Amino acid sequence: MSRIGTIARRTFLVASSAIVGGVAFGYYAYKRPVANPLLDGLAEGEAALTPYVRIDASGITLTTPRADSGQGAYSVQAALIAEELDVELDQVRVDPGPPDPAYYNTALAADAAPFSPTDNSFAARSTRGVMDAMLKFMGLQITGGSTTVPDSFEKLRLAGAVARETLKAAAAQQTGVAVADLRTARGAVELPDGETLSYVALAPVAATLEPVNDVALRDPSTWRLIGKPMERVDIVAKSTGTQTYGIDMELDGMVHATVRTNPRRYGEMLGFDDTAAREMRGVLDVVSITGGVAVVADNTWRAFQAAAALEIEWGPAAYPPEMAAHWQTLSDSFVEDRLDTRFRDDGDVAAMLENATDVVEVAYRAPYLAHQPLEPINATVLVQDDRVDVWTGTQIPRFVQDNVAAITGKDTDQVHVHVLMMGGSFGHRLEDRVVREATEIAMTRPGTPVKLTYSREEDFTHDDTRQIAMARGRGVVRDGRVEAYDLGIAMPSVIASQMGRQGLPVPGPDLQIVAGAWEQPFAIPNYRVSGYRAPELAPISSWRAVGASSNGFFHDVFLDELIHAAGADPMEERLRLMWHDPSRKTLEAVAEMSDWGAALPEGTGRGVAFCLSFGVPVAQVIEVSSTDAGIIIDKVWCAAEVGRVIDPIMFENMVQGGIVWALGHAMNSEITYSDGMVEQQNYYDAEGMRQYQAPQIMVRGLENSGAVRGIGEPMVPPASAALSNAIFAATGTRVREMPMAKVVDFV
Amino acid sequence: MKLKVNGTQHDVDVEDDMPLLWVLRDALDIKGVKFGCGVAQCGACTVHIDGEAVRSCQVSAADVWGDVTTIEGLGTPEAMHAVQQAWHAHQVAQCGYCQAGQMMQAAALLAENTAPSDADIDDAMSGNLCRCGAYPRIRAAIKTAAQKMQEA
Repeated sequence: MSRIGTIARRTFLVASSAIVGGVAFGYYAYKRPVANPLLDGLAEGEAALTPYVRIDASGITLTTPRADSGQGAYSVQAALIAEELDVELDQVRVDPGPPDPAYYNTALAADAAPFSPTDNSFAARSTRGVMDAMLKFMGLQITGGSTTVPDSFEKLRLAGAVARETLKAAAAQQTGVAVADLRTARGAVELPDGETLSYVALAPVAATLEPVNDVALRDPSTWRLIGKPMERVDIVAKSTGTQTYGIDMELDGMVHATVRTNPRRYGEMLGFDDTAAREMRGVLDVVSITGGVAVVADNTWRAFQAAAALEIEWGPAAYPPEMAAHWQTLSDSFVEDRLDTRFRDDGDVAAMLENATDVVEVAYRAPYLAHQPLEPINATVLVQDDRVDVWTGTQIPRFVQDNVAAITGKDTDQVHVHVLMMGGSFGHRLEDRVVREATEIAMTRPGTPVKLTYSREEDFTHDDTRQIAMARGRGVVRDGRVEAYDLGIAMPSVIASQMGRQGLPVPGPDLQIVAGAWEQPFAIPNYRVSGYRAPELAPISSWRAVGASSNGFFHDVFLDELIHAAGADPMEERLRLMWHDPSRKTLEAVAEMSDWGAALPEGTGRGVAFCLSFGVPVAQVIEVSSTDAGIIIDKVWCAAEVGRVIDPIMFENMVQGGIVWALGHAMNSEITYSDGMVEQQNYYDAEGMRQYQAPQIMVRGLENSGAVRGIGEPMVPPASAALSNAIFAATGTRVREMPMAKVVDFV
Repeated sequence: MKLKVNGTQHDVDVEDDMPLLWVLRDALDIKGVKFGCGVAQCGACTVHIDGEAVRSCQVSAADVWGDVTTIEGLGTPEAMHAVQQAWHAHQVAQCGYCQAGQMMQAAALLAENTAPSDADIDDAMSGNLCRCGAYPRIRAAIKTAAQKMQEA
């Protein structure tokens, strides 16, 4: 059980502060207080709080600073506070809060340091600590890297506990009843005689007290909410069509805009003719923006129609116009001077390869991939003399705030970012071009709110995609065992491309080039993973699971090929090589769940795959059947070590969704460039999975590691590998590239 | 032109070829119907015209041949349709953006076929994309709704 005394020394102290008509509970930030976003108007010295709980006359508000793109982040964050605060989720308002450096994300740091998540040495722990401080310095209020749960797990429960105990102290002071005789439930303190005092009524008194910091977090055996099925805070709205998203924004006098910018990314606009567009019904203006043109109209469709009528001359792209040159660049990158990292170098791989006469040599490819969440990207911006308001679904509100301030020449604190519910993201809303463009347009109409909506085609064209990547494997097997495993991976740096668009240099190696490969817990005697950094090509960004989305495929399919060459059983050999106990248990679980080894009908095959990413070991078994009409994915079994399943329903939904995401893209999706432009324009070109293709997916969450982890991304990396391995088992065809439909047919 | 939506008669001044989707969203401020692709590839804009599920991005305003029902007309948080109740009970939604269209498609399926098989569900629902991959729950919710509607 964590007591706040020990936790506070290394992180933060829970504090409270008076607000109008009530009290707010939260944290003093790390070492030095960071200015507080929610307490404007307070006296100096009181404003050193990062509030997570606010109680005033309007009720109880829980602040959930990690954005919700459908993963249930608001619900999870609210539940962690509510568990200790003794409120029910139907009693509280959940608000994402404003962007602020105080809401930094410490858990992202754990995955940025060059130590594998299974490494708990002093060096690993202290380096993670340094990275933690750096992130805090940068004030990254980022939702990403599956970090919401690990980042929030202690922080939010402590905030709830301190608030609860302070409210009890207020009740004791008001009634004379000893704190020990008070109980709390449903947002109220209960006296021994059954009388209740609501938190709302107690808030003004609580604000005058020192917060009660001597609290212990409750024992997991007593949890009311965590680990049990909860009703998501947004589920009624999302089951009745009443949930609104950024794209549904309406404001008085609002106008509607859309853009066309150079499809040859980073290229210039040479000129345009808007004669026809300007004459179309409802068109209010046509304006030049960075890299292209915007149409402003009185509704969305009229803006789309007029944008399509623009005649624009585009300059060349800043990268090779055809795909062959992109692949060639990767192929040319397996050289010493592009070696970025070789953190995994066990035994003597070079000697093994040199002395062997039967080296297994293979190559793999993974394409650019678009994110394309179903809600097209959009932003609404209102520019006024003394302030700018931005309404949008974003994972990076702090960057948005800074960028809008820079574009408009305002101070950062004059920019107010209102984070709205997102209709999916998968990493797409870690970019903010749409906000910058909306700001440029809104600056031409001060005092008028402008909503910018992308057409699906514009969204596809300008999706900062998943990385393109290539891998080469060489290995040696002896006496039925994998003896040498050498994997080289080449890709451009995702982080450099992404942070480059924010004007931030990223020094040092990029761990994403080898993520999902170098840190795998296999005890192969001669084991090497090398990351090669290719020069920048087309813009790339974080796509669900980032580097591991391609590397999990490379690493495990290559392992499967070596195990096949050794003549060993795919499950048994992985288990034999696995040294990390929590990871081993995921393999044992899927073996048991799927009855691995059972006789299968003719034409049916099973593949197993494993990947440790974002600190989560995941094993999957996929069963496919090969039919005259093509491959059918019948069943998936998945076991994931997550430390703690916060909500079994949301867990199952997210795991299934991650697998559907990975398999759909592995089957049929890619982004390609021709003449410098993205060729895929809508879902008919990059479809993903549909209902008729969705397999049965059996899910099990394991809780052996003690480390609480997020699950948004880690299901993705092993799925494409398990599919390839299953197709091999069923057909004898080894699929070494995605989309796999290039090699085999799917029903 | 005149349009009847969720039982209310509206008179709108729009081009004949403006898609019903945009008439609903921008002219009538009915936001439950969603824009996803604009080319009938995703089903997020699914509404009913005289009970038939259609992609509202592909129906021109002038061609609307009957009464329009959107998700708001199917049921409300206070009085949910059986399909919405099942979506709620199964907690189907992740981002939820496609779900209004999914529910309208499912409601039309169940109005015609009270006990759909897996193959019937595949046929009816495969035009509705869910990028979050909630397909297993969508299938389960349709079966629950079917059962409930049979009992009613």
